[in-house]
Formats: sequence, C-alpha cells, structure tokens
Amino acid sequence: MATADIHITEGGHDHDHDHHGNFWTTYVFSTDHKMIAKQYLLTGIFWALIGGTLSVIFRLQLGFPDADISWLEPLLGKWITEQGKLDPEFYLALVTMHGTIMVFFVLTAGLSGTFSNFLIPLQIGARDMASGFMNMLSYWAFFLSSVVMFISLFIETGPASGGWVIYPPLSALPQAVSGSGLGMTLWLVAMALFIVSQLLGGVNYIATVINMRTHGMSFSKLPLTIWAFFLTAVIGLLSFPVLLSAALLLIFDRSFGTSFYLSDIYIGGEALPNQGGSPVLFQHLFWFLGHPEVYIVLLPALGITSEVVATNSRKPIFGYKAMVGSMLFIAILSFVVWAHHMFVSGMNPFLGSVFMLLTLIIAVPSAVKVFNYLTTLWRGNLRFTPAMLFAIGLVSFFISGGLTGIFLGNSAIDIQLHDTYFVVAHFHLVMGSASFFGMMCGIYHWFPKMFGRMMDNRLGYIHFWLTFAGVYMVFFPMHYIGIAGYPRRYYSFTNFDTLNSFSDLNMFVSIAAIITFSAQVIFIFNFFHSIWRGRKATANPWESNTLEWTTPVVPGHGNWPGEIPKVYRWPYDYSKPGSKEDFIPQHIPFSMTPESNLPHENEMIKLEKEEGVNVVVVDDRKGH
Amino acid sequence: MEMTSDFKIIEEPKKTLSMHPQKFALWLFMITVVMVFAALTSAYIVRQAEGNWLVFELPQTFWYSTALIAVSSITMHWAYLAAKKDNLDMVKVAIIITTILGLLFTAAQYHGWKVLAEEGYHFVGNNVSVSFLIVLVGLHVVHLVSGMIVLLVSLVSTFKYKVHSKNLNRLQMCMTYWHFLGGLWIYLFIFLLLNHN
Repeated sequence: MATADIHITEGGHDHDHDHHGNFWTTYVFSTDHKMIAKQYLLTGIFWALIGGTLSVIFRLQLGFPDADISWLEPLLGKWITEQGKLDPEFYLALVTMHGTIMVFFVLTAGLSGTFSNFLIPLQIGARDMASGFMNMLSYWAFFLSSVVMFISLFIETGPASGGWVIYPPLSALPQAVSGSGLGMTLWLVAMALFIVSQLLGGVNYIATVINMRTHGMSFSKLPLTIWAFFLTAVIGLLSFPVLLSAALLLIFDRSFGTSFYLSDIYIGGEALPNQGGSPVLFQHLFWFLGHPEVYIVLLPALGITSEVVATNSRKPIFGYKAMVGSMLFIAILSFVVWAHHMFVSGMNPFLGSVFMLLTLIIAVPSAVKVFNYLTTLWRGNLRFTPAMLFAIGLVSFFISGGLTGIFLGNSAIDIQLHDTYFVVAHFHLVMGSASFFGMMCGIYHWFPKMFGRMMDNRLGYIHFWLTFAGVYMVFFPMHYIGIAGYPRRYYSFTNFDTLNSFSDLNMFVSIAAIITFSAQVIFIFNFFHSIWRGRKATANPWESNTLEWTTPVVPGHGNWPGEIPKVYRWPYDYSKPGSKEDFIPQHIPFSMTPESNLPHENEMIKLEKEEGVNVVVVDDRKGH
Repeated sequence: MEMTSDFKIIEEPKKTLSMHPQKFALWLFMITVVMVFAALTSAYIVRQAEGNWLVFELPQTFWYSTALIAVSSITMHWAYLAAKKDNLDMVKVAIIITTILGLLFTAAQYHGWKVLAEEGYHFVGNNVSVSFLIVLVGLHVVHLVSGMIVLLVSLVSTFKYKVHSKNLNRLQMCMTYWHFLGGLWIYLFIFLLLNHN
C-alpha cells in the first residue's frame, strides 16, 4: 500500500515550480509552446497590419484614380510619380505582397502557428510539444523568413510583383517587371524558409497529437479544434514540399538558365535561349500546394469556431462525427481539385469537367459543416461574447462566400468570371474574411488563457460590428464589379470605356476598406491594453469543457502543476439533462455524475469503489 | 507499480496509443521527402508528354552506383544486428563501411554527370530532359549527404558507448533513413529507366 503512494505525486513535483530562465530563454529563444504561440501571434498581427496597409494604398488607387496622393511620398518615396500618382509597377508589387503576406504570413503562420501551438498541448493534455526545440526552430525559421520578406519591401527595385502565385515567365525574367529581379529572389528565399518553418511545425503538431494525448483522450474525444489543427498539419506536410519543388525548378530557371518553365520568349524582338519549358507545368505544381493552402488557412478557423459556438450555445456540437468526417473529406478533396484554378490555361475540356465535378463535391462537406453550425446554434442558450459573434460572422461569410464558389467551380461559367473581381470577392469572403474572423474569434476566446486577463467586451462588440459590416460593404459590391467584367490586378480602369460605369462602386469599396481597416485599431488597442490592464480572468471564464481550462489562470511551464488530468468524456457535455451545472468538463468521471449519465455511460464505470476505501488513481507514467 | 487488493480503480481511462516521438517525426520527414520527389517525377511525366523531349542513354555508372547503395543498405543492417549483440567494434566497422559506400555512391553519381557532360548533355542549354535528370540525381545526392552526416553522428555516439543493445533508437533511426535513401534511389533509377524513351 505504501509503495503505491510514492509514485502518485511524483509527476507533479517536476513541474510545480516555475523554471525561471533569463529574459532570452523565457521570451526570445523559448521552447515553451505557449510562448512560441504568442510569438507567432504578435508576428502575425504585425504582418496583418502591413498587409492591411498595403491593401489600403492600392484601394486608394482603385477608388480614386485621379486623386493626387503625393501626401504619401514620405512613406512611399519614389514610388509616387511626379504627377502625384502611384507607380504602376509598384501597384503590382502591392497586390503581390498583400496576397503573399495575408495568405502565408498572417493566415497560415499567424493562425495555425498561434493556435496549433497554444491549444494542441493544452487541449490534449500534454506538458509541451513532442519537440520543443524543433518548435523553436520552426518559429525562428518563420522569423528569418519574415525578415527577408520585410527587407524585400524596401529594396530599390521593389518587392516581387508577379502576383502571389508567381507564375513564370513573369516571375522568372527580371526584364518582365522590376520586381522580378532582386525582389523575386528575396521572395523565393523567404518562402523557402517559410516552408521549412511550416514543415518543422507540422511534423511537431502531428507527432504531438498522435503520441502525446493524455489517458483517455481517444480520437473520438478530441475537441474539434485539435482535429482541425491535425488535418491542417497533414495537408501542409503533403503540399508544402511540392511548392518547394516548384520553387526549386523556378530558381534553376532564374539563376542557372535552365528551361523548365520557359520557352519561345521574345523580348524586344530578340529570342531568349530558353527552349522547351512549360509555364503550365508550374501552374500545376503551384496549385497542387495552392489549393490545399486554402484549407490550411480555413480549417483551423473552422475548428476554433466549432469549439466557440458549442461553448457559447451551451449545447453539444451538432453532429460531432459528421464535423470530423466532413473535415477529413475536405482535406482529401483539397488535393484533387487544383486544376480548377487553371480552367482557362488551355487544359483539355474533358479534364476540366472532371475537376469541375470534384470541385463541386466540396459543396457537400461544406454544407454539412454549415448546417451543423446552424443546428448547434438552434435553440441554444446563446451567449454573445465577442468570440461568439466572430464565430457567427465566420458562418455568415462561409455561406455567402461559399455560394459563389459554386459558380466559379463551373468550368463554363469560369470562362466569363475568371480573373475578375468576382474571384477576388469570392475568396476574400470565404477564405480571407472567414479565416480572419476565425482568428479573431480564437484571440477573444483564448486571450484569458494566454495572458490571464480579459479583453474588453464593449470594445470587442464595436470591433466586431464595424468589421462585420465593413467586410460585407467591401466584398459584396465587388461581385457586381466582377460580373461587369473588371479584371483583377489592373492598375486603373479609366482608359476603358466599358469599365467606367462602376467607378462610384469602386470608390465606395475603397472607403469601406479604409473604415474596416481603421476599425482594427480598436482591436489593437483592446489587445495590448488588456494584456496589462485588462480585468483579471478566472481559470474558466467561459465555463468551457476542454482541458486547457483546468490549468491555473496562467499555466506555467509544463501546463499543469500536478498530474495531467485524465479524460473520461467528450468535450461537448453542455446542458446535459439532469446535470446541475450546464457544463461537465472532460476530466470529470462518469461516476461523479450519476444524475446525468446515459445508460451506456453508466456501463463505462467499470469498477465501483468499495465502501470506506479511498480511491487511488495510479499514475503509470514512466519516471521523469 | 504493484497494487494491493485494497484499492479499486474507478473507470481508469485507457492509455492512448503512442510511438517513439522522434522515430515518428522521422517518418513524417520522410513523407515530405517523398512528396518532393513525387512532385518532380510527376512534373517529369507531364513535361515528357508534351513532346520536344530529348532521349539519351543513361550513363552506365548508374548501374554501379545502384549496386553500391544496395550493398550499403546491407552493411547498415549489419551494423544494427551487431549493436543488438553489443558487438560495438563490429558496429563501428559496419558504419564506417556504410559511410564509405555512401561516398563512393556520391562519386559514382558525379561521374555519371561527367560522362553525360562529355557526351554533350549539360544541365543548361540542352533539352529540359537532361535538366530533369540532373535535378533528380542531384537532389537525391543532397539527401544522401544528410544521411552520411547522420551516419557520422551515430559513429560518434558508438564511440561514446551511447549505442548498445539497450539503446538502439538512434541507430534504428539512422538505419531507417539510410534504407529510405537507398530505396529512394532505386525508385528514381527504375523511374528513369522506364521513362526513358
């Protein structure tokens, strides 16, 4: 009997006291998943501000093509022409960098990096990631990549300008546009580092979810957030190496003179030596990453909001297995639809119809997810926290942006719509804004666990409504502009008679974009002010079921001061009939809730304790 | 942990499935390498189907290098079996032979490139089929160099008595990676032989 007790507390002592490192090991070269998550978050916010600023500058050009913007000269220098206009080549650089930054640096690194790192160990009941060191390397590879990309914004020839998809020959030949010189080289270096960072992170996420779950945390008891992060990491692991291959061949074409993507090019009447390459080959390789990337961006947002919607509806998530199944299905489908980005690249129409069919099938799991969100909300005891509002906002964008995907996925209709503002409106709603709202939802919801304080609700509401209304004001009119035939990436439309009719709408969009972007200042203030001055949080402010809320208010190194809690039930026991509280956390055994157990749950109580004997839970973890 | 009969356990949750995290991470890493080569070989097929594709003889040396890497897999396995029996001297010899075979393989691949260059097939300037061959071979060699670094690390830890029958993880991972690199080359070679017309 005595020997049985010795091991029980041992696991706890290792992690009871804080490991006091110095400033560098605690805040900079930290291997703690929570600190790395915060590093990702702050870097992501920084990039979001840059990316947003770039979009405001080119929206000024699009909405007010005749305005004199020489007042921007202190910021943009020689990119403002003598006539007080934006330099047309710099306009291309702006849209390219806006896309690159938002897709990769904000919504991939900022979203997955923050929440996968923060929530995976906390929600599966692990002390840290499988490899803290690799996790640190992952952040610092991302940081280096950020530095290189940031520097490229300031070089004399300008950053990469060939669009975020960097199609050759535009991106391969410095003669094409000034940004395809040094700017493009830096872009490729930054993205290579970025891919390394994503792979290091992804390997860690997968290894952690599979190997480090606490006792009882079977896959069928995983919170949907973890399912989403896990599938996201799997998609990233399979698709980012392909982008690396594509980029490698592009680097050979650019710097060594090979002809993987280049053929029959004449510049100034003179033929280039490159023969026999195929630019469409690059498109295939790029979109084999590029399409899964959409889901790398979106799935974490869907996971986060599933969790937040269930918690704040005080109801079990509707169709847990259907939610997991549809995410799995989306993840698989994401690899077989890439060519719908290339319907007009001259591909075989039969092949086009195959990809069209596969693309339209994605509507099925997406609709399953939407209906599950709505049925979870239906007749719930809704608590409209800011996080909940952002989650509902995501559902709204997912519907309105997803519907236009059905048009675009149709290879015949795409002939009319491709490369117009209709496409821009579609993916900004369904991928950009939806994922951004998922990220905001996550920040508002897990802020108390990150910083031990609450964000201000009232500022959160103002931020939400301005952003929500703003996003629709920006992207709804864009559909009409697109149907009217406005092509994307054009510097100005004033020279085309047919494209003059919607100038006022473009102006409206630009004003709305500026308002929406300005509203983010409220968030920035709320975020930083609350870190130091916010109301002190309790350990479980949202009365939520998942394991992270069983930690101290601010979890220290190792996350739980004592033993890691064990898991007995799924994470969605909200408002269970018979239960006193309207939530039963995952670590509460069924034997403690006889009043609310269902018949099959009673059977899961294998052994009842005998009278007068204390219950001892044996810790069979290996010693540390 | 012995439990006496006085204790009863209440619905003790099951321990979740788990593997050695580093071995698991190695497998994930190998998946990413597979994806890199899957992308390149698919690109090869797609590009070849478009025509304007130069056909040339594969250098004879690739047969020898294939034999070298196959033998090196055997010696690697020999190192592992020796470690299982705590025959550390044998482990050292086997790892050194494996590394030398790896170096010979690298030299053979380089020789293959030189043979191609002498026949007038260069990375740049000829048909893209030559460029593809050189990228595939070169990228594999880059990975093989990383494998040889892993071999040297294992050798050093053998000298430090960190590899023995009770501590086989490091050598096992080294072996897995080395077999993988050998298999990868054999895949590439067969791929090149089959798609060479």
